[in-house]
Parts: sequence; structure tokens; C-alpha cells
Amino acid sequence: MPIYRLEIENRPAVPDALATKTAQTLSAWLGLSPARIRTRKVYLCDLDMSEAEAHKVLAAIADPVIEVAALGALPDGEPGDPPVILTVSFLPGVTDAVGKSVKTACEDALGRALAGQVYTGTMYLVWGLGRADVARAAAEVLHNPLIQRIRIDEPPRRPDLGVPRAGATSTPRTEIVALRGLSDEALERLSRERLLALSVPEMHATRAHFEAEGREPTDAELECIAQTWSEHCKHKIFNAPIDYTDPEGNTRRIERGVFKTYVVAATEDVRKARASSGIDGDAGDFLVSVFSDNAGVVRFTDECHLVYKVETHNSPSALDPYGGAMTGIVGVNRDSFGCGLGADLLANVWGYCLGKPNHTGTLPKGLMPPRRIRDGVHHGVIDGGNQSGIPYMRGFELFDDRFTGKPLVYCGTVAAMPVTTSGRPTHEKFTAPGDRIVMIGGRVGKDGIHGATFSSVELNESSPVQAVQIGDPITQKMMFDMLAEARDRGLYSGITDNGAGGLSSSVGEMAEASGGAEIDLARVPLKYPGLAPWEILVSEAQERMTVAVPPDKLEAFFALAARREVEATEIGTFTNSGRLVVRYGEEKACDLQLAFLHGGLPKVVRTARWSPPARAYATAVERDKALAARPIGDLVVSMLAQPNIRSGDRYARHYDHEVKGLAVVKPFVGVFRDVPATATVMRVRHGRDEGVVLGEGIHPHYSDLDAYAMALACADEGVRRILCAGARIDRMAALDNFCWPDPIKSATTPDGEHKLAQLVRACEGLYEACVAYGLPLISGKDSMKNDATMGGVKISVPPTLLVSVIGQMKDVRRALTLSPRAPGDVVYLLGETEDMCGESELSRLLGLSLEGVPRTDPKRFAARYHAFAAAHEAGLVRSAHVLSRGGLAVALSHLVMASELGLSISLDAVGQGLAPAIALFSESTGRILLTARAEDAAALEARLAPHALVRLGAVEPGVSGRGYVRIRHGGQTLAELGSDALRRAFQEESHAV
Amino acid sequence: MPSEVTTRPAPKEARDVRVLVLTGYGLNCEAETAAGFSRAGATVDLVHLSEILDRGARADALAGYHILAFIGGFSFGDHIQSGRVFANRLRFRLGEALCRFVDDGGLALGVCNGFQTLVCLGLLPGVSRARGTPLAAQQAALVHNDRLGYFDTWVKLAVDTESPCVWTRGIGPTIEMPSRHGEGKLLFLDDSLRDEILASRLVPVRYADASGAPTEVWPDNPNGSPDGVAGLCDPTGRIFGLMPHPDAYLYPENHPDWIRQHDAGALPAAGLGLRIFENGVRAALAG
Repeated sequence: MPIYRLEIENRPAVPDALATKTAQTLSAWLGLSPARIRTRKVYLCDLDMSEAEAHKVLAAIADPVIEVAALGALPDGEPGDPPVILTVSFLPGVTDAVGKSVKTACEDALGRALAGQVYTGTMYLVWGLGRADVARAAAEVLHNPLIQRIRIDEPPRRPDLGVPRAGATSTPRTEIVALRGLSDEALERLSRERLLALSVPEMHATRAHFEAEGREPTDAELECIAQTWSEHCKHKIFNAPIDYTDPEGNTRRIERGVFKTYVVAATEDVRKARASSGIDGDAGDFLVSVFSDNAGVVRFTDECHLVYKVETHNSPSALDPYGGAMTGIVGVNRDSFGCGLGADLLANVWGYCLGKPNHTGTLPKGLMPPRRIRDGVHHGVIDGGNQSGIPYMRGFELFDDRFTGKPLVYCGTVAAMPVTTSGRPTHEKFTAPGDRIVMIGGRVGKDGIHGATFSSVELNESSPVQAVQIGDPITQKMMFDMLAEARDRGLYSGITDNGAGGLSSSVGEMAEASGGAEIDLARVPLKYPGLAPWEILVSEAQERMTVAVPPDKLEAFFALAARREVEATEIGTFTNSGRLVVRYGEEKACDLQLAFLHGGLPKVVRTARWSPPARAYATAVERDKALAARPIGDLVVSMLAQPNIRSGDRYARHYDHEVKGLAVVKPFVGVFRDVPATATVMRVRHGRDEGVVLGEGIHPHYSDLDAYAMALACADEGVRRILCAGARIDRMAALDNFCWPDPIKSATTPDGEHKLAQLVRACEGLYEACVAYGLPLISGKDSMKNDATMGGVKISVPPTLLVSVIGQMKDVRRALTLSPRAPGDVVYLLGETEDMCGESELSRLLGLSLEGVPRTDPKRFAARYHAFAAAHEAGLVRSAHVLSRGGLAVALSHLVMASELGLSISLDAVGQGLAPAIALFSESTGRILLTARAEDAAALEARLAPHALVRLGAVEPGVSGRGYVRIRHGGQTLAELGSDALRRAFQEESHAV
Repeated sequence: MPSEVTTRPAPKEARDVRVLVLTGYGLNCEAETAAGFSRAGATVDLVHLSEILDRGARADALAGYHILAFIGGFSFGDHIQSGRVFANRLRFRLGEALCRFVDDGGLALGVCNGFQTLVCLGLLPGVSRARGTPLAAQQAALVHNDRLGYFDTWVKLAVDTESPCVWTRGIGPTIEMPSRHGEGKLLFLDDSLRDEILASRLVPVRYADASGAPTEVWPDNPNGSPDGVAGLCDPTGRIFGLMPHPDAYLYPENHPDWIRQHDAGALPAAGLGLRIFENGVRAALAG
């Protein structure tokens, strides 16, 4: 089959935006100044078509108005002025979604199906830089060697026709792995070399099981066990019994593990409290499905439930930020979609904990610069989310250099689930023995092999490159569209995502419902030949779901899939044999007892001991001296420019905020739409006024002082955020996402016992907050190995908990934002302000270690929030905002920039005897900044006075359309800052991504 | 301008107006587009393109519909070029039916990816195709935004009240709606075509600055489109495409300033984007 090379570029008069952007990045990041860049699209068609047909294809896909195209090579500029030509294309086997579309376009143009593949690339023709500089640009900006290959040419060149065909002609067979007689050392080595991430006791349990069966395991069985038992899938640390020594030195056994003892217990206690109060009335239980499915489900309206899940995709994002983050968002889409019998995706959320983008120090070899990770992660989620047609509703960035090893990449999805589907409750699957196992969506390749086990260990130089997957959102979108139709027609009985562990996990989990499963891997469609059976079984290739289809629906299911151009393959049958049987044609690859697979994991008691490292705090004198050196106005402006305070809209504007047409309070608010919303509000269905409200809390810095206070602060802030927007206080739910540094003591982690104690403390705090606020945890995720060791340097993330809160409104038209509404309105601060600056933004601004982590009293705060929600219900609140990072000063600045109105406020009543800077920058939790009409002041004060209400001042007209804040204390004006000055600090310089 | 060969009954009331919303292949604005036409009173069919193509290459494959909606999204991932693969599929397999539909006086609305598709199909600006002939060659293109990448922002559009466009009648002088795309800068084949289009008032909407004047300046013009061109219509005014999304402004609360508008007593009863859909239904009723 001849290969045809198509080169396409813009006509000379047409601007080349990719070239412009590339030149800007090379200049900003590397200080390189090319004279000119032009870019070209390259398609290598390895298809069964003739040259005449290739010409026909070229004419069909090149734009006749703006592009020039050639079969072979386009001219590379004038002979006297040759460019250096960099071509970036994919390595063999890497997902090439564009190539797939080009093939479709070829088939459409020729009117027939074609065999083979199309491989795509990008050419950069660079003038004014030498070959060495172009090579550097490739290495540091334009190319990731884990997924891409490059070529550097100088004209004249012969068009390169080499394609990265993947695969091998021979298929490896299933092999027996002998465990009998191996020493512990040999078992440990076997586990490490095969990237099984199984401990020696787990290897012992496996060996004993097979000894009892009178045989040795196959490689596929070992792999299947390893995926199923991975920390990623089994949450071993979260479920382990723990001997815990608390800060007072008392030791006790947490027998049921922290997950059951705190997380599940919080939800069950909230469920009981709801039942005994009768709060749900005739509406039915608020908690529809928790902890048992891919996502949590709560009751919303008579018509639909709300589904929510937040995932992390940290390890892949460290290796390939773009692909890793993209698979984070499209992967969590599958979680929410695959809940029950399927839910309609509604909104995405994201949050990234990253190294500081201006990081200038040297990084351990093997780590990418934080700015490149940041750029890649954003682009991955932008492309993944936008192309899936899902608006984003929440997003945040948090910077700390401890995230340079493994970035934390949170991606989440809200979905709306019809209450019933074809007469059945949608939140329940009904898979039965005899139902056929159908794999649908993308094909299987070596991509993503060992993702689950890889994310269960630290990142290091030998981390496997095949663990990286790249998403193909359009293939997934076409699959979702088809599956939604199939769901509405009742064509399947169960569905789940093919994520971590691939088929081994999805079939293994679904087999629990029916009692067994049997599949034939030889039927699984592959991207290329040559995969071993075990590789097919555990590959995490993307865009796949596993569906259970009753035999009488098979024909209709496959007919629909074919019409929608979605690949669906019957690969086996659910049984009640109690076993997971996997064949490859005639060969048996796997015959595992389900009871052992899911229940055979040996429990290990872990040790946790509160033993924080000694910490030296700045003295009061040092703090006062540092504060005295800076005028208040200077501090406020400097604070707004802190990386964790800045607007963040530079990247956020590239995410779709509007698709579906349902958004009411969007991620950014204000006259110039550049102030991050306190919480966001969205309709759920067209023509209805009920809404979903989203907010979150994340405070890893507080963990350095006390993980218990940290967890309380996170839950508190999430709740406060959604209440500020007007959410019902009786319909809140949350997700917990724990991202911890390795909390198991070992030679490389000598402080593991303290890190585990931090986990216990965090869980205690979370439990306390959830019970007090009536906030059930409906789903979550824990990621326990967020460490990287590169070149002998270990970088561990701070213990990080994200609490994502989902709320509800009866009528979105009553939503509030943080923006004050009219001159004359009164500005109030609700809640006490105390000297709580430990690990605050102020401490980082001053470069001082300060004492006093924010303490949260959830019972007292809950009463305050009920009073606040009732005041809103009564129409007394006009705007509301949380006080969070940067305290009152940042919140006031947000109000000014959003409204472009003046705020004149006094600090006299804020806190008791606090210095003005502390009153402004303390991060005391439980506080809300709100405005009310002057005529409502008495009514509002009557309701909220018992909850520490402070009248700060008044809203005033802006000056020439610009807002300001005037801060007074003790009769003096400490600062008067216009919105222009605030905004200059708050904005990142460039909007071009 | 219905012809005697029309195969659809003349609608008597709004619900008789039948709208076909084509879906699939990565398009994603079907729910809001359907809601727009439904709220305007019409009867909407959401149909996957594969179902239409299954009817074969019959010239009457679109019979019975008064309005064709080409919706936003990422057909085939916007790979190769926005709208290219989807438009080619239509050109190769539904071209005759589309020509018949247009010749019969059918109405069409293309939003974002749908607009890109109509431009790739040569149906917009549609000045070079004669009645009864096959689809014309492409005459304009929507290229990458000057600032590379997808960008989400609300824009103000200046509406040309002199344009023959039936979809924008009575709207103006400006209308706001969200814009969100990566390839929205409109270039014409040559200057004489551009001059002809402008002279014929086939540019019903232009990106405008705060004062309502057309602009090429970012971010009021999010893509750098020359002359602020945000959309096009054909000479009959019945085929209309634009980059911004009227379908994402069906509710007054979609507007980023809705609370301020409410406080000023200026909150409209419905999202202003709905007026585009109402105009389409009205034009179908008028025949």
C-alpha cells in the first residue's frame, strides 16, 4: 500500500495563529526570537487508495479559500532563505484522534470504506533560528518524547513517508508465573519488575490461593489481581485498621479503617438525622445512591436526580500534562455517565495544585517546569471538556512548590439522571446471569497499561511511559450519544466505565452483581496487533464502557451502535459461576474465584502517630515589625498579586462557560467578568427553574499546622460558598478527594506514621463538619502516593483534601452573587474575626511562619448558617461572599472589582483589639461578607445579631464608573484603593494562552 | 418564496412549523437549539444525521421541514478544520436535498459549528449558486482566531436593520449573546466578493464595542474578524449563520449582568436570543 503525504498550510496572506502563538511562547519561555514561523498540517495516509484518489481527498479536505496543499511536499520558502523545519508527530500506538477523522474524511470523499490508518503531524518552518535553537524549542516547548517524535530538516528535503505503525505480527501467549518456592525477596522483585505494586504479604496471599487450587497463576491472573488490589482501586490505606496515637499521646485502634469510621459514618449519621427529623417528607430519601456506584446520586426534582463525581489524574499529568489531564476530564465524564443506567452530563469542574508558574530554581531531572505542566494541563481539560459539549462551572488553581513533583489534577462532572428509565429506577443496574458483556467505544492498545498500579506508587525515573493515555473526546461523545439513546430504549441492564484496570476491573466489578463472568479476549477489537492477553485485559485505553445487554436486546443494541458509527463488540457473558473466566480463543488466560479477587486481600494494621516536625514561628515582635514596614494599601495590592489570589481568568476564559445554555451564575462575575464567583448556579433542565449550586474548599497549607483544622476549613468553606449563592441548606451534599503523600512508614518515608496520623486527623475534622452541617459525603476518591523521587530528590505534596459541595435551589432566579448592588446598601461581616494567620496568604506574603491555624466550630457555625439562609429566604440579603484565602481584604477587593461601586468600611468592630492588618488578612473561617438594603438593616440585624454580625460600612457610588475601597480604623483612613489599582495587581498580564 | 414544487404543507400556526435539528458526530447544542425553537412555538425533530442519510441520497430527504438547524459543537472534533468533515459528508451525500430545500424557500440557521458548516457548503454567503444547480464552491472561510484558541465571552452584536436577513428582523440596534469558538475569523475569497457581500447587506450582525459600533478590537471582537463580521445571510435572507450563540440566551438569567438588569428594571421577560428563533418561525409562517 503506497503512503501518501498531504501537506496543507495557509496561503501567505492568511495569518497563521499557531505560528504567532508559538513565536510568543518561544520568546516568553526560552528567550528565543525567530524572525518568522509558518506552520503546516501533515497527514500521512496509509490507506488502500490510489494516487488519483489521494488527489481527490486532498481537494476535499483542504480549504479552497485560505489554504494551499500538496501531495508530497509544499515548497519550503525561497531557496536563498531556507527555514529550519521541525516536524512533530506521534510515537507508534499513541492515540491520534485527528488521524481518525482524516480517515473518515477520506472515506466520505471516496464513498467507500478504507483499510489502514492516517498519521498526523505538525510542521514548524522556522526562520532566524539555528538548528540547535529549534532543537531546544522542541525539547522544552513543542515536543514530549513520551508520546511524540520529532524530525528536524533543512531544505532541500525529501518528503518523509515513514509512519509510526504500531504492533507486532506475533501475539504473545499467556504464561504461567511460578510463585512456589520464591523467597520474599524474589516475590518483591517480581512485583516490582512487573509493576504489580503488590506487597510481600499480598504476594503470599496470592501464592497460597493458587496453592490451594493446586496450580500456579497465569500472568493474566496476577495482573488482574494486581489491578483489583491496587491502592488506586481498593483504597487499602483508607480501609486498613490503624493503631493511632493522637496528639495527646493516647493510642487506640481504628478497627474499621478511616473510610468506614469517618467518611461512611458521617453520611450514615446525616441519613439518620434526616430520617428522624422527617426533613425529606414525601419527596423520598435525599440520598439515592452513595458509595456504591461510579458516582454519588442525590434527589433533586420529581424528574431527575443529581449525580456528582470528582476524580484526580495526578501521575499521568506529571508525565504528559496535556494527555494526562484530558483523560482526567473525559474519564470522570464516564464515571458520572456510567452511574446507575446512565446520566446526562451537565457540568464539569476542575482544580489544579501546581508548582509556582514563575518557578526559576533548578528542578530534579525528569520533572517538567511548572509553567509547562500548567499550560499542558489547562489545554488538556479545555479540549476534553469543550469538545464534549460540557460547560465548566468551577475551577481553581493553587500553587506551591511541593506540587512540582506530582501536580494534583482534580476533574469532576455533575450529571442529571432521569428518575426512571423504561419504567425502572435509573440509579439501579439490573445485570443478570446470561446478559452479554459488550465493550463499546474505543479500541484497545498498549496505552494506559498499568495505570492503576502506576498511580499507586511514587513517580520516578523508571515510571512506565505506556501508562500515559491520550483522550479522544469525539469518539467518547459519539459513544455517549448512542448510549443515551440505548438507555432511553431500555437496551441494556448495566454499564460501567473502563477506567483504571481496564476490562479486568470493569468486568470484574460488574461480575459481582451477577455472580460471575466469562469473556474472550480474542474478540476485543485492537488498535494494532501483537498485544498479549494480559495486556488486553488490563489496558486502560480510553473512551470505552462495558455494558451488560440482555440477549433479547442484543440485535437492537448492535443495530443502533452501527448506525451511530460506534464500535460495539460482544466479548462474553455474565454468569453465576462465582468465577471470572477469561479466554483468548481456545487458551484460558484467567480463571479466578471472585470471592478471592474481591475479598482475598490480606488486611494489614497500619501505624499512625501524631509526631509533627518542630516548627519555629515568628515572634509577635517580628510580625509587628514586618507589618509596620508596609502600608495597608501596599499590603492589599501585593496580596491581590499573590499566585493563589490572582483572578485566574487568563486560562479560564478558554473553557466553555455557556454550552447547554443553562448557566445562571457563571465561574466569573462582575462588570468585567473577571472576579471568581463565590459559587456557581445552573439550571438543570430547559424550561425549569430549579438549579444546582457548586462550591468547594481546599486548604493544603493548613495541613502544615493541623490536618484536622484543615479538613474542617475545607468543608466549612464549601458549605459557605453555596449558601452565599442562595442554596437550600437542607439539600447539601459533598465529595471528599484526599490527595496524600505516602503515609506508610518506610526507608524512603521515615515520617509515614505522622502522615497517616494527619490522615486520621483530617478524617476526624471532616466527620465533625459533615455531621454538624448535615452534609453527607456521597462519593470521593483517595490518592495516597503523591510523591516523586527524581535524581535522588523526593518531593511530596502537602496533605490535601478537596471538599466539593453540591447544593440545590428551588428557583435560580433568586440566586445571589458577591457583587454589591446599589449605593446606600449596608455592608456587613457575619462571623467573628480572630487572630488566625497560621499558614495564611499573609504569612506567605510576609515570608514569615505564623502561629494560629484557623479553627472551625461547626456546631456554632451551623446555627449561623441556618440564620443566614433564613435571612436570604426572607429576601433580606442582596449579595454575599465568603472570606477565604487573604481574608477580608481580598473579599472586599472582589466586591469592588465586581461591582465598580465604592465601599467605605471601618475595621473598628472587626475582632477584638486586632491590629488592622490582622483584621484584614486573618483567615478565620465561618465568615460571610454581605450587603443589605438600608431599609432592611434592622430586620437583618435582628436575625443575625446573635451570630456575630458586624456593620462594616456602606456601598457608595463609584467615581467615574470605577469602584474603590476606603478602609478606616480608629478615625483614620488607612487606605483608599481604586479598582484600577486592584485590578492591575489581580490580573495576569496576557490573555493569550 | 415557496415554489410550486414544495413538498411541505404551508403552516397555519407556529406549531405547524417543523424544524429539523441535525445531531451527532460531536455536535452538542441540540438541547438548547430545540428549546429555542420549541419556545418559539414550532415543532422540533432532533434527528441524528445518520438517520437522514439512511433515507438515501433522495432529493426529498428533507421534505416536510420548514427550518433546518445546523447546531454548534465539535463535529468530528473540528479536526482538519472546523466543520470540514461534517460539511463534506453533507456535500457528498445530501447535497441535492439541501439544494432542493433551499430552492423551495426553506429556512436555515447555523450557529457556530453550524455556521462553519454552511460556509464550507457554500450555502453562505450563497451569492454564486443559481437556482436548480448543485452546491456551489466555498467562497469564504472561518479561520483561527487571531489569538489562538477557544475563547468564551459575551459579545455585543450590531444588527444591520437594512439586511435582508429574516432572522434578525426587528432586532437591534444591538443584541448580546455568548461567543465561544476557536475559529471564527471570517475571510472572503477575494476583496470584490467581500465588497459585494457588504454592499448587498448580507452581514446581518457585527461584533460591536460598548457604544454599539462595529469593531475589530479584542475582546469585543473575539477573533479579529475584519469589519467585525460575526455572521452572514444569503441574498434571500432565509439562510443565516453566525458564530455567537443565540441558543445560549433563552433565559434572562443567562446574561452575566442579569441581576444588575433586574435591579434597573431592565430584565427582559425572556432571553433575547429567543427572538432569533421567533423570527425564524415567523418567517416560516409568512411563507
